[in-house]
Amino acid sequence: MNLGDLAGRLSLKILSNKEDLEKAVSGGYVSDMLSDVLANSSAGDIWITFQRHTNIVAVANLKNLAGIIIVNNRQPDEETLKKAATEKVTLMTTQMSTFETAGRIYQLLEEKD
Amino acid sequence: MAFNKTTEGSFQLIGGEFTHAGEASMELKRKLTDLVLAQDIIKRAAVVAFEAEMNVIIHAAAGWMRYYITPDRLRLVITDMGPGIKDIDMAMKDGYSTAPEWIKEMGWGAGMGLPNIKNNSDKMKIDSVVGEGTTVEIIINLNQEE
Repeated sequence: MNLGDLAGRLSLKILSNKEDLEKAVSGGYVSDMLSDVLANSSAGDIWITFQRHTNIVAVANLKNLAGIIIVNNRQPDEETLKKAATEKVTLMTTQMSTFETAGRIYQLLEEKD
Repeated sequence: MAFNKTTEGSFQLIGGEFTHAGEASMELKRKLTDLVLAQDIIKRAAVVAFEAEMNVIIHAAAGWMRYYITPDRLRLVITDMGPGIKDIDMAMKDGYSTAPEWIKEMGWGAGMGLPNIKNNSDKMKIDSVVGEGTTVEIIINLNQEE
């Protein structure tokens, strides 16, 4: 499954780096603590979080995450959008909760196996 | 190995500057990628650099990240002018953090920074003087045996 498929299936709004939607999603990680993501996520994971400040872009870039989904209809700030464009990180938003988003993605990933 | 001499450089870090936080680490990662280092090395170096960079930005007034790459190892030296660490053993404990509440609201301050650095490096050394600053030195060996 790639980012484009995921966004389509879950009706996610893509806010940056729309050129990279072919990127594969191999797993997922849920956390709002950045050092936890640095320690425990894997390359290719889609990161589900409520954090929306610029540092999330660096985390996704440094860990080669597939992209970021910000939940509960929270919007990334201006700086975050700018940085995501510069660093080519795909930022997406959803009105779903973390629980629902993670549950649905987990299911989709299991289906593909 | 794509090089046979020392490659080195440095980045200035500004305390409290969260907008540009991570740029030094991302630049270092690009450099390591250009040098065609192993993915695992780049992954570990990225975490180490970012956690060390964030410690300066969160706790200190200013600092430097210097890197030295030779065929056999990557050496990072992150030094700051800041409060220093009173009890290094405590600071190394998972979950221990001196970060204020507003930092925790950003998702930092979980007390995992120094443990993350330790877990991703082959050697780690911390020197600190309370009231002056801290230097963290990290070595990642480039010729890893599987």
